[in-house]
Amino acid sequence: MEIAQKLLFILVAEVFIENFVLTKFLGICPFLGVSKKISGSLSMGLAVMVVMVCAAIFTYPVYTFVLVPLNIAYMNTIMFILIIALFVQIMEMALKKYFSPLYKALGVYLPLITTNCAILGVTLLNIKNEYNFLLSVFNSFCAGLGFLMVMLIFSGIRERVEQSDVPESLKGTPITLIAAAIMSLSFIGFGGMAG
Amino acid sequence: MRYLKVFMNGIIKENPVLVMLLGTCPTLAVTTTAANGLGMGIATMFALVFSNVVISLLKSVIPRQVRLPCYIVIVAGFVTFISFMLQIIPWLYWLYESLGLFLPLIAVNCIIFERAEAFASKNNPFISLIDGLGMGTGFTLALFIMGTAREILGAGSWMGYEISIGEIPPMMIFGLPAGGFFMYGIIIAAVGKLTKKPVRTIGCENCPSRATCKNFTAGEADK
Repeated sequence: MEIAQKLLFILVAEVFIENFVLTKFLGICPFLGVSKKISGSLSMGLAVMVVMVCAAIFTYPVYTFVLVPLNIAYMNTIMFILIIALFVQIMEMALKKYFSPLYKALGVYLPLITTNCAILGVTLLNIKNEYNFLLSVFNSFCAGLGFLMVMLIFSGIRERVEQSDVPESLKGTPITLIAAAIMSLSFIGFGGMAG
Repeated sequence: MRYLKVFMNGIIKENPVLVMLLGTCPTLAVTTTAANGLGMGIATMFALVFSNVVISLLKSVIPRQVRLPCYIVIVAGFVTFISFMLQIIPWLYWLYESLGLFLPLIAVNCIIFERAEAFASKNNPFISLIDGLGMGTGFTLALFIMGTAREILGAGSWMGYEISIGEIPPMMIFGLPAGGFFMYGIIIAAVGKLTKKPVRTIGCENCPSRATCKNFTAGEADK
């Protein structure tokens, strides 16, 4: 019962209250860069979610069974980023060879994810929060879900913004950022939910 | 003269934050106060200068196909060193605490990879050092401006001193994430207006991994 409660808490916190994009400011580049169309943002969101979960699966054992016993936990940033870069590469090759339709949908976004701060951020946060393996993987999944949701909502907003008449100097990126600000503002409302 | 031009390029013409729109994550996240922005800027500048020099020295050794992983290891090494330093030096410990997660995340800062790819891997170590200093100063300056604006409007203080503009009470919203997005939007709109250049879009053409990303050269990712 206690574990279910904890999982539910993580789900609500990661998706709504402490959303990766809107309150933690992680993964802003893909959030602003690939959200022009709903289809693109769906693929990007899914790719980030998959890589986040895999990152948690791979980094947790390395941290617990290699870095901590060897007393080199401070090497976590280098180690994690290498692991992420390595398996993104392997995943890309595997997808290309065996799941070509999936590769067509997600493959484009995979290389962009290697240097994405949201992925490295979630692995570092899992360690910082001292989650066990199950909680780490679940936390990454929820963070990815939150990212996907925000990407989808925001691309919907952007498709509308593109068609509206905005002041000349705010056209393009500035109005996108202001739209993101208003969206972030509305997410403050979730703040009291898990109090 | 050429050195001065390279140095000023990073501050004005190709300012990484205000013109190139790179490194948006730290720009939005740590600029709740002017001092935080300054600290983040200087920490990033250290990593940028050292990685520029080292990458420039190793440019003939690093194989082209695996250059991104090589850059990642070099940059992450310096970032680990910097976070060590901030933990050890007592009067810098506050910075370690307030930057939090964004300190290790300097290792994936787009600006560093962009400069490695576009400048350090093509030029000699000395001019790469100047470029790193210029870009780092431009980044620090932009973060300091953002931090100043957000701290004065949001908390009614600046660098810890109380400041108020007329009778306007502090607007807490500028200290919150929403205020970060808003302020960044306004600042880049103002920069676009002042320089009379259209503001760039954030897309594939701004992505630091575009050079190593085969989809970009195929033009697929933009569709």
